[in-house]
Amino acid sequence: MVTRGENSGTTVIRAPKPVAWQSATVVSIREETRRVKTIQFAVSNWPSHLPGQHADVRLEAEDGYRAERSYSIASPPEVSTLELTVDRLDDGEVSPFLTGQLQPDDTIQLRGPIGGYFVWSAFERRNPLLLVAGGAGVVPLMCMLRHRKLSGSAMPAALLYSSRTRADVIYHGELTALARSDPTFMLQITLTRDSAPGWSGRVGRIDLPAVQALLDGLGGVADSFVCGPDGFVEVASALLMQSGQPGAAIRTERFGPTGT
Amino acid sequence: MITRGFQGRRSQSETKRLPPGQHLTSDFPVLSAGPTPHTPLHEWTFALEVEDGTKIVSWSWEEFRALGPTEVTVDIHCVTRWSKFDTDWRGISVDRIFAAGGFEEPPSPFVMAFCDGGYTTNLPVEDLMEGKALVAWEYDGEALAPEHGGPARLLVPHLYFWKSAKWVRGLRFMEDNEPGFWEVNGYHSYGDPRREQRYDGD
Repeated sequence: MVTRGENSGTTVIRAPKPVAWQSATVVSIREETRRVKTIQFAVSNWPSHLPGQHADVRLEAEDGYRAERSYSIASPPEVSTLELTVDRLDDGEVSPFLTGQLQPDDTIQLRGPIGGYFVWSAFERRNPLLLVAGGAGVVPLMCMLRHRKLSGSAMPAALLYSSRTRADVIYHGELTALARSDPTFMLQITLTRDSAPGWSGRVGRIDLPAVQALLDGLGGVADSFVCGPDGFVEVASALLMQSGQPGAAIRTERFGPTGT
Repeated sequence: MITRGFQGRRSQSETKRLPPGQHLTSDFPVLSAGPTPHTPLHEWTFALEVEDGTKIVSWSWEEFRALGPTEVTVDIHCVTRWSKFDTDWRGISVDRIFAAGGFEEPPSPFVMAFCDGGYTTNLPVEDLMEGKALVAWEYDGEALAPEHGGPARLLVPHLYFWKSAKWVRGLRFMEDNEPGFWEVNGYHSYGDPRREQRYDGD
């Protein structure tokens, strides 16, 4: 998967292509928040993945009806099982099943890894990493941070994470612990709906000073990855442009519904 | 293979009209690789180019819209699995663009659509002809919003929606079927939803 560029001397990492549909058995399910669960799967034929890629999930009813959706991969390529973190959409068809009815030892169909642009690898020599997450958009960015840690990367990184309430913050403990143990990682969580008793962190929507502060901490230049609901990504990527980041250094991933 | 306990939500009429693996949405979700470009209309042009990027013809915003608009109502299908029925668009058919550019027959079998923000996508020319494609600036009776590709986007509804390139600024004729942006990044070169050509190799 890692190929050395012949001319430039830089390392070019190519995203693996998806393999065929295969059975994936649920190993465990853990609750991240009241709406969000992480499902750990055992898959027999997985070509590894790059952080940021996603997997397609297919559920099949007894009469042959199928429903398919895409979910970001949360587990880093360094571990052998595959984890998807799924946000329950109340009016959804697949996410309520995955987060409400699926049990360990059940099997689903899975295909992946998908996507070759919204990806980051610690083995590619690039700029510091600026991650901007809205809600469940933190999932592929967490995959990048886990990979960065397990690969021993010294690349400075920052995460600006907007969440409705404290109870909605996914991976809260893991992120806080990472920020404490890793001086090259900056964490800024901001709550948009309520500040919760005892919350000493930031409140309010992301804005230019918040983005600028993290960029300054990274030395002013970064490779940015923005993931979240459509409106959030629109605002966050515009703030990065206002901070002087070139459009080509800003990669975005959006998920619906748009909620308009 | 059956998933224990999964019932699903379906309607027969939807299921027949949807390509495989798709589900219906009433929203209009957005898929973009990067920030949304905002090109002022007075700077906007639409061009036909030869393979090396030399312009054959170029229209201003006003000139382009005067080429003779068409309105269509079509179903659209995004590779991220949502489909949307009966979407209304207004724009210039590619047939008319080629004719206005002086081409009775297109000069090459493929084109690369090129866009603000550096996005590109490759298409066989025949998939753009005979009323199959527009360059559209109006959606549902309103000016096309920037996040949906405004000022104008390509509309090729019989292919997955990434082929309907947002922020399109022209078509470049090419002899060989070179891959565009998403096609380099793992997606299928042609992208037929009925044959589920989502990813490279499907």
